[in-house]
Amino acid sequence: MSRWFAALLAGVLFGAGLALSRMTDPNVVLSFLDIAGDFDPRLAFVLFGAVATTLIAFRPVLRRARPVLAERFQLPLSHAIDFPLVAGALLFGVGWGLAGYCPGPALVGAAAGVDTALIFVAAMIAGSLLQGATARRRPG
Amino acid sequence: MPWSALIGGVLIGLAATALLWFNGRIAGVSGIVNGLASQATGERGWRIAFLLGLAGGGVLVMKLTGQAASSPSGTPILLLAGLLVGFGTRLGSGCTSGHGVCGLGRLSLRSLVAVMVFMAAAIVTVYVSRHLPGAGA
Repeated sequence: MSRWFAALLAGVLFGAGLALSRMTDPNVVLSFLDIAGDFDPRLAFVLFGAVATTLIAFRPVLRRARPVLAERFQLPLSHAIDFPLVAGALLFGVGWGLAGYCPGPALVGAAAGVDTALIFVAAMIAGSLLQGATARRRPG
Repeated sequence: MPWSALIGGVLIGLAATALLWFNGRIAGVSGIVNGLASQATGERGWRIAFLLGLAGGGVLVMKLTGQAASSPSGTPILLLAGLLVGFGTRLGSGCTSGHGVCGLGRLSLRSLVAVMVFMAAAIVTVYVSRHLPGAGA
């Protein structure tokens, strides 16, 4: 199996999981975030199911000397709890709360031709490019 | 008990495990998208494959379950929200999948802080836009 095929398979599982749990519906996400309104607990179950799985399954995987199809594991190196981390998470959270889309479900919605997801994804790509451009101007 | 949500979550966790096990990579959607611009060899193919799979698997299950839901927000809010999510996830090195599903699974304190910050920010944003008089979104 090639790395390309493994990634395709992982993507299919990921997308199927998002849609099965209805995270692709921004109203379900917004109802979870709306603690003072008509609260919908689905997102908590999704996060619990996903994190319980990675908590159990990542451990034996990361004990391996190397991944099955690659030379080495490429994990985030930073452990810093710094300004970019907190400011980035803050901006992301505000955007998520405004539309009910985070990147994965937005991409699925856009691929399904949902108009609000297409608009959101276009702006999301612009936002990412804007951040990349400002980061290059002020290195460090 | 929303079983479909729990099962969907487990599928997402298995997807992240598969990508780590086979390719040694973190299944963070924003990170995978941002790395598409990378010039390094072997960096693009698997990212494109993952995103095609994500779109294909997601759209298939959406169609099978009869979903076509859109966001209740109008175009100006959607544009602002998209800009914030794109800018913020790149600045903060991750989103719900990278920091949430994968970071928490690796017991990363950095990711735990990110998750608490974006959850709190999202909850406050929804509260302000839905429940404070005159704010209406």
